[in-house]
Amino acid sequence: MLSTTELTKIASQVRRDIVRMVHGASSGHPGGALGATDFLVALYFAIMKPDPENFTPDGEGEDLFFLSNGHLSTLWYSVLARYGFFDVSELATFRKLDTRLQGHPSTLESTPGIRVASGSLGQGLSVALGAALAKKLNGDPHTVFCLLGDGELQEGQNWEALMFGAGKRVNNIIAVIDYNGKQIDGPIEEVIPLGDLRGKLESFSWQVMEMQGNEMTDVVDQLTLAKQQLNQGKPVIIIMHSHMGYGVDFMLDKHEWHGVPPNDEQAEEALTQLEETLGDY
Amino acid sequence: MMKFTNLGSKDTRSGFGEALLELGRTNENIVALCADLTGSLKMNAFAKEFPDRFIEVGIAEANMIGLAAGLTIGGKIPFAGTFANFATARVFDQIRQSVAYSQKNVKICASHAGLTLGEDGATHQSLEDIGMMKMLPFMTVINPCDFNQTKAATFAIAKHIGPVYLRFGRPKVSNFTLDNQEFVIGKALTLQEGSDVSIFATGHLVWKALEACVILEEQGIRAEVVNIHTIKPLDEEAVLSSVRKTGCAVSAEEHQRNGGLGDSIAQSLVRYHPVPMEMVAVDDKFGESGKPEELLQKYGLDTPDIVAAAKKAFQRKSS
Repeated sequence: MLSTTELTKIASQVRRDIVRMVHGASSGHPGGALGATDFLVALYFAIMKPDPENFTPDGEGEDLFFLSNGHLSTLWYSVLARYGFFDVSELATFRKLDTRLQGHPSTLESTPGIRVASGSLGQGLSVALGAALAKKLNGDPHTVFCLLGDGELQEGQNWEALMFGAGKRVNNIIAVIDYNGKQIDGPIEEVIPLGDLRGKLESFSWQVMEMQGNEMTDVVDQLTLAKQQLNQGKPVIIIMHSHMGYGVDFMLDKHEWHGVPPNDEQAEEALTQLEETLGDY
Repeated sequence: MMKFTNLGSKDTRSGFGEALLELGRTNENIVALCADLTGSLKMNAFAKEFPDRFIEVGIAEANMIGLAAGLTIGGKIPFAGTFANFATARVFDQIRQSVAYSQKNVKICASHAGLTLGEDGATHQSLEDIGMMKMLPFMTVINPCDFNQTKAATFAIAKHIGPVYLRFGRPKVSNFTLDNQEFVIGKALTLQEGSDVSIFATGHLVWKALEACVILEEQGIRAEVVNIHTIKPLDEEAVLSSVRKTGCAVSAEEHQRNGGLGDSIAQSLVRYHPVPMEMVAVDDKFGESGKPEELLQKYGLDTPDIVAAAKKAFQRKSS
């Protein structure tokens, strides 16, 4: 298994990719992507370790990941490319005409690693639960992971899915809520508060865990622990405490960076804060 | 003289239910989902025989569509059933993103479509579903006419790879097509040949079109009746070859005129062979409570309405 130091190095490069992609496209969503980077790097490089050479849309016999908050597409594309699903040079095509790397993830272009479109919020957990049910029916012991935004929990479909997951004991899924407390219009507390999120999730009968999403050691430890909680009755959900814009000081914890690309000077400044560890695309 | 005989009235939803059960016995990848309407959808026999492959989702249609999309990622062929309104209008974006745009092999099975749902009234009478579903790229839209054809269509969509919207209804209606018929998606069926006017009907109104054909014949008008069971992809070749012969057209459907079968046919005619055309459909109104036959009468979807539309199209052609 890769060490925390090695994972952190990958995360630094992924953050550079994110900044460069949204800057190159003059559009996109850097804030949440930077905040959830450590999680997705750990998930692919330390936990799931998929086989990028043999990607199948059906995903039988392997762990699956679903990105419900599809606006974190830069993060996912970078991790997929850095893991070997496609060449990193393709990251330069993000959001440009004829690209496979659409603004939000899509299956239409058969991008390796992506199994369902997302972007319109609130749908990913239901899809992930369906895939988890298929694994059970197929006798496939692998795990389904799903990342959700915290603001996204304002969509009612999530609560339908949460009720279903517990009610039907879909205990081969680990859902992760990117709890950075920010959404487009401002702090979640000011838009529509989530209140006692842990209490809500516990009352929906999920096994609730928490982790520090920007501490690589904790991310790996908690994800490993979460896998040990599987197949014991309840589905598992992790409240991931993270920071929007993590890694770039002027973006840190600022909801204004949800969906705005940096200008030339800002991009330059951001990149000075993120070490180039694996070579830029 | 009617060429077709009512073999005994049956509901189209029961044709769906029977086929689903048989599919369950022959293909272990068939799974079914329902949102608290298992009995109404006639899915109880499947649920009883295959409890592991039947997923009761409760009153949560958005989640049901997402689950169905996810189940395909594992090779399952999900049949997701509920009333037509809840299967489309309520979950349009879930179908759009997670099913159609993602090209998932989900079968959306919608019962109680149209006015003939009856007494429950407008909240439950879906008259917009065909329009919504046919607008989605990759979506196939099927609206069979009777019990036997619904059964055959259900078998056919299980073999078809890709998202499908299958629309059927609640009341017992004439069952007149062949048992064990072959159902070819996208292939219209000419039930009655004629030379004066083409009637393109779908769903419950196919039988009404056949009744209208008899009346028209008594009045010296030879109508051709074409059963458009697949609204998308539309069998344009069948539509155009019929109107090239008859020179005028009528569409008949239990749906809003805006967005329905008539729209699709009119598009073909306007582009390739413009002829006078009349549409028998709901005229931009919501329905109401009542008995199915009363509602078809009140909203202008009954046999005499098809007769009148055919005569009007015929007269426009001749004038």
